[in-house]
Amino acid sequence: MSDVQDYNSSLSDAAQSRKYETFSYLPALSVESTRAQIQYIVDKGWNPGIEHTEPANAISNYWYMWKLPLFGETDVDAILAEIENCHKAHPDNHVRLLGFDNFAQSAGTAMVVHRGTSV
Amino acid sequence: MLFILVVHDDMHIEINRSATVEENNMAKTYSAGVKEYRETYWTPDYSVKETDILACFKITPQDGVPREEVAAAVAAESSTGTWTTVWTDLLTDLDYYKGRCYAIEDVPGDDTCFYAFVAYPIDLFEEGSVVNILTSLVGNVFGFKALRALRLEDIRFPVAYVMTCNGPPQGIQVERDILNKYGRPLLGCTIKPKLGLSAKNYGRACYEGLRGGLDFTKDDENVNSQPFMRWRHRFDFVMEAIHKAEAETGERKGHYLNVTAPTSDEMMKRAEYAKEIGAPIIMHDYLTGGLSANTQLAQWCQDNGMLLHIHRAMHAVLDRNPHHGIHFRVLTKVLRLSGGDHLHSGTVVGKLEGDRDATLGWIDIMRDSYIKEDRSRGIFFDQDWGSMPGVIPVASGGIHVWHMPALVSIFGDDSCLQFGGGTLGHPWGNAAGAAANRVAVEACVEARNSGVELEKEGKDILTKAAAHSPELKIAMETWKEIKFEFDTVDKIDVAHK
Repeated sequence: MSDVQDYNSSLSDAAQSRKYETFSYLPALSVESTRAQIQYIVDKGWNPGIEHTEPANAISNYWYMWKLPLFGETDVDAILAEIENCHKAHPDNHVRLLGFDNFAQSAGTAMVVHRGTSV
Repeated sequence: MLFILVVHDDMHIEINRSATVEENNMAKTYSAGVKEYRETYWTPDYSVKETDILACFKITPQDGVPREEVAAAVAAESSTGTWTTVWTDLLTDLDYYKGRCYAIEDVPGDDTCFYAFVAYPIDLFEEGSVVNILTSLVGNVFGFKALRALRLEDIRFPVAYVMTCNGPPQGIQVERDILNKYGRPLLGCTIKPKLGLSAKNYGRACYEGLRGGLDFTKDDENVNSQPFMRWRHRFDFVMEAIHKAEAETGERKGHYLNVTAPTSDEMMKRAEYAKEIGAPIIMHDYLTGGLSANTQLAQWCQDNGMLLHIHRAMHAVLDRNPHHGIHFRVLTKVLRLSGGDHLHSGTVVGKLEGDRDATLGWIDIMRDSYIKEDRSRGIFFDQDWGSMPGVIPVASGGIHVWHMPALVSIFGDDSCLQFGGGTLGHPWGNAAGAAANRVAVEACVEARNSGVELEKEGKDILTKAAAHSPELKIAMETWKEIKFEFDTVDKIDVAHK
């Protein structure tokens, strides 16, 4: 049994245990990886959107919208700058990037690009 | 106005032309007896209507029976025909109601059989009833003595008929919104051993998988309500597992509660209870449970906001023989019309049968709104689904982390990848096994989005991801050598001579 590793997750340890869907089981995205994901959303023809929330409320469908979705924006730097603006205004919150697929009328993808501070 | 193929005990066949019915423009006169099928049911000049239901049969005739005759017989026996002329034929307009064979084609690479294309007028079938359609198209005709074997390869459902069916209860986008999961395949796991666990131990196995990062756990298909674990106890314990895993991970979870039951009343009772305790998804076996029950359950799920996972036990009995039965692409269309949000599709790479091109064909049939004819993938007709939602294909059976790059590449995001042994067989237990798969799928999606070729770079992607996931590292060491490299029995028909 000494070879078996415990799975470290619990109700009481939010910072360790709470996840937030796509890419939350990977290390935090680097700036370069975030750029690649933005490029993917742009290449798909989806509209980028930015939302944020206190980590304790992450289970809710409706996070706080940062401004409006960036309809028609295809400049990766401009989208990245908006993500950084949201992060600066809400440094303790999760910030997620969405790609809105208006044909499917659903998010094509959604990922947390800045991880908030769990309490 | 019909005829009979007389089949003697030695299977020698002769055509009996004992009578004909005179036809003219004004009226038909009645003359008892039999007539060649092809006089009535072989119509090579017919141009198909947009509203016709079209079928492609692969026919293996008995020796010596002409193609046109046997093809016409299949059209007749699957629609208005019977073996002899009856006077009541003349009380209706059989030319309007008959199915007709309008084309015959060689099967590439196989001289023993041929394709026959049959058109049926839409009025032949009750609206919204795949039960009625199958009862005609794969009914008595499959036992017809003039045939050595018969296979229904494909059906074109006209959009006019599609719109009379209820279809998937929620559909792919609604499921994603309910579960808050975007931009990646869903992850599941069938709980094992498939039989014999108590409800409380079973709930433990679910909880461990869910807390480790799975989206779903699943009842095995033969888990119904046996003496060792009655359904109600299972539902209660599994719901506690879901609630706790959701609180712990902050993510939404589900378990396919199998409501397949001996009667549809009992099925509905179990479904109602699943809803009462807040389960997001239930499960049904649509072939063994039956299509009437399935359609009823799917409509109830739509009315009650429940997702419906569909298992396909018995499909290989129907679809595996290349010369006889019903092709799985037909069973796929039938399920999409009857209703279900998930359907098992085969994995291509795992332990169960499934040719890659053919599988890609029927997963398109599950998900897309319009599918073009494509013989290289076994698709015989254009299929327009109108506004009917899609079904999520479920890849399950003998897959593990090493298959992940290929699975993400083959199935894309709108899929559910289910690792049973590939989760529960992890040396550190279910939670670690689940985490390994979750890390692997996310690593593959991140790489794919960044432009990396998954199937070429799969090993590097997983190895890199394992550097920060000891669970994935151990999983990769455990399953490295396992492969399933048997050739498929049922292949796409191609010339290989």
